[in-house]
Amino acid sequence: MEQLSEFAVELRDVVKTFKTPEGTSLNAVDHVDMQIKNGEFFSMLGSSGCGKTTSLRMVAGFEWPTEGEVYIEGKAQGHTPPFQRPANTVFQSYALFQHMTIYQNIAFGLEMEKAPASEIKTRVGRVLEMVQLAGMERRFPKQLSGGQQQRIALARALVKLPNVLLLDEPLGALDLKLRKEMQLELKAIQQKVGITFIYVTHDQEEALTMSDRIAVMSKGKVLQIGKPVEIYERPNCKFVADFIGTSNFLEGKVKSLEGGKADVYVPALNAEVKGLVSGAVAVGDEAVISLRPEKIRLADKAVLSQNCFEGRIVSSVYIGSDTHLIVEVNGLRLKVWEQNKISSLDPKAYYIVGQPVWLTLFPENTLVMAGE
Amino acid sequence: MLKRLRESKSAQGTLLITPTLIFMVGLLIIPLILTLIISFGERSADGNVIYTFGWHNYARIIGISHDCANGQATCFDPLYAQILWRSLTLAFNSTVLVILLAYPLAYFIARSHPKRRNTFLFLVLVPLWTNFVIRVYAWMMLLRTQGLINIVLGWLAGLLGIHFVPLEMLYTPGAVLVGMVYEFLPFMILPIYTSLEKIDNSLYEAAADLGANPFRTFLRVTLPLSMPGVVAGTVLVFIPVMGTFVVSDLLGGKQVILIGNLIQRQFLDARDPTFGSAASLILMVMTLVVMYFYTRKFGFGEEIVVA
Repeated sequence: MEQLSEFAVELRDVVKTFKTPEGTSLNAVDHVDMQIKNGEFFSMLGSSGCGKTTSLRMVAGFEWPTEGEVYIEGKAQGHTPPFQRPANTVFQSYALFQHMTIYQNIAFGLEMEKAPASEIKTRVGRVLEMVQLAGMERRFPKQLSGGQQQRIALARALVKLPNVLLLDEPLGALDLKLRKEMQLELKAIQQKVGITFIYVTHDQEEALTMSDRIAVMSKGKVLQIGKPVEIYERPNCKFVADFIGTSNFLEGKVKSLEGGKADVYVPALNAEVKGLVSGAVAVGDEAVISLRPEKIRLADKAVLSQNCFEGRIVSSVYIGSDTHLIVEVNGLRLKVWEQNKISSLDPKAYYIVGQPVWLTLFPENTLVMAGE
Repeated sequence: MLKRLRESKSAQGTLLITPTLIFMVGLLIIPLILTLIISFGERSADGNVIYTFGWHNYARIIGISHDCANGQATCFDPLYAQILWRSLTLAFNSTVLVILLAYPLAYFIARSHPKRRNTFLFLVLVPLWTNFVIRVYAWMMLLRTQGLINIVLGWLAGLLGIHFVPLEMLYTPGAVLVGMVYEFLPFMILPIYTSLEKIDNSLYEAAADLGANPFRTFLRVTLPLSMPGVVAGTVLVFIPVMGTFVVSDLLGGKQVILIGNLIQRQFLDARDPTFGSAASLILMVMTLVVMYFYTRKFGFGEEIVVA
């Protein structure tokens, strides 16, 4: 069992139960399985209370699973305390030691390893250069800006050269511009040092920008794990399609399945819509069709024999790069985003309210998944 | 006049501090100056002050005596120097003991469930609701030869069939130490609790995450971050222990005379206000010197006092 695992971190059927103030118990993490590969930038994405932070804290050792097991480098962690785990954490609040200088903060973890003083000195210097804060050694955390403190928190964890770095919404307290910069920088640092990053965030754009793979979580469960493109282009359920980006949803019933395609009868359109099976469905199931607004094609006539519907523009908002439209079809309102590919000052160059249009839902852009 | 007050911030400030200023000048500064003047004076035969200028009272405290057994003009009498030293060591020992007792308790309260913390703090404060002197009397009841402790010990010895001689606990330095520790314990618990309670849980987690076991976390993170509380508590305990005479009077009797008792006796029994004044000023200077060096090393603990 001691063989080296290909996974940096593995969660096997992990459950974490908390007592609520009302005295009932709640599964903050509910039978979660995750396998995080060595050197991967892995994100756990979800809104607050979805169990992502609790999952991370169980890897760090601040919480212990009620059921199941956490493995780091193939070793079951059991009740191993945090100070004996080969993982380090970057805290959301930074958790810098205010009574220590920057140097002392970063050196702390190395001193705990009883590293020789000369080695500590070179390693602290190197990591400070990596986060672009060389020369700050003698300052105190309070004398630094939020962004700088964030980098120190990162440096303090990185200097230990852990196998796994755990990041709990580390950019949450920064303003948008700094955040975007840090996203790219974090990704660059991760690629440079080659450490496995497990990143917790509620910001889908952040997760999409940085991650190799994302686990979308809700109510303590993992709904989907995949590359950013898979999560966005092939969501496996309505929650994921709704949480990541924007979607239109049509409800219907699966009539037939063939070669990864499904025919779904949509009562609201009184028609069968052909789409790609994105989440597991069976014939006769209640299903949901997810349509990304930028993937609906507008035309002045029907271009396919199926999946074309006549509608009328009820709202048109010019936002620069795109025009955001709402098209009404049979009383259904669908969001449609048209890219403004032609530069024009003439209002007629854009869709105007009241204009009749034909919507084309190309089957490869029409995603069928199980209903709720 | 009113218009000026409304417009001028400095006038408002002056008005706000005036009552306290009058109080402090009238009841602290002026008496202090009087004490200083009196301390250089001489005692008249009927116990009044003769206003002269001489260092004789201070000389007497440090041990220069003119009342010598072998007919010498001056000799060394360590009586008062011993009292000063005893006061200083007792204050030091009490403070150290109070810190050792208060810290674990404050730590326990700070780490307990937020719902229970107020109950614990309430229990810490309950003794302060009774009069100081009454609490010291209670200790007399416990410590005296026929006191509760000896009764219980005697009963236990009886059960075990051991011959028991009641312990002489009252009127010993130990009794005074116990009394001081008991009286001033809450004044150490509260500031230490306040400083511990402010430490964010994520700091403990960060220390553990970086490889520190609980003991090293305590030494490197908890203790340094709670030092302001310890310092503030020390100031609140050391100074009164140096000057209090009730505890030593009741629990120490004639055996344990502290500088506080000396001062009290000079004013009331010996009726020598000049020597009493000199002793008071010596006490003040000693306290200030100790506190000066202490706060220069550790700060004032102002974070706690202000909070």
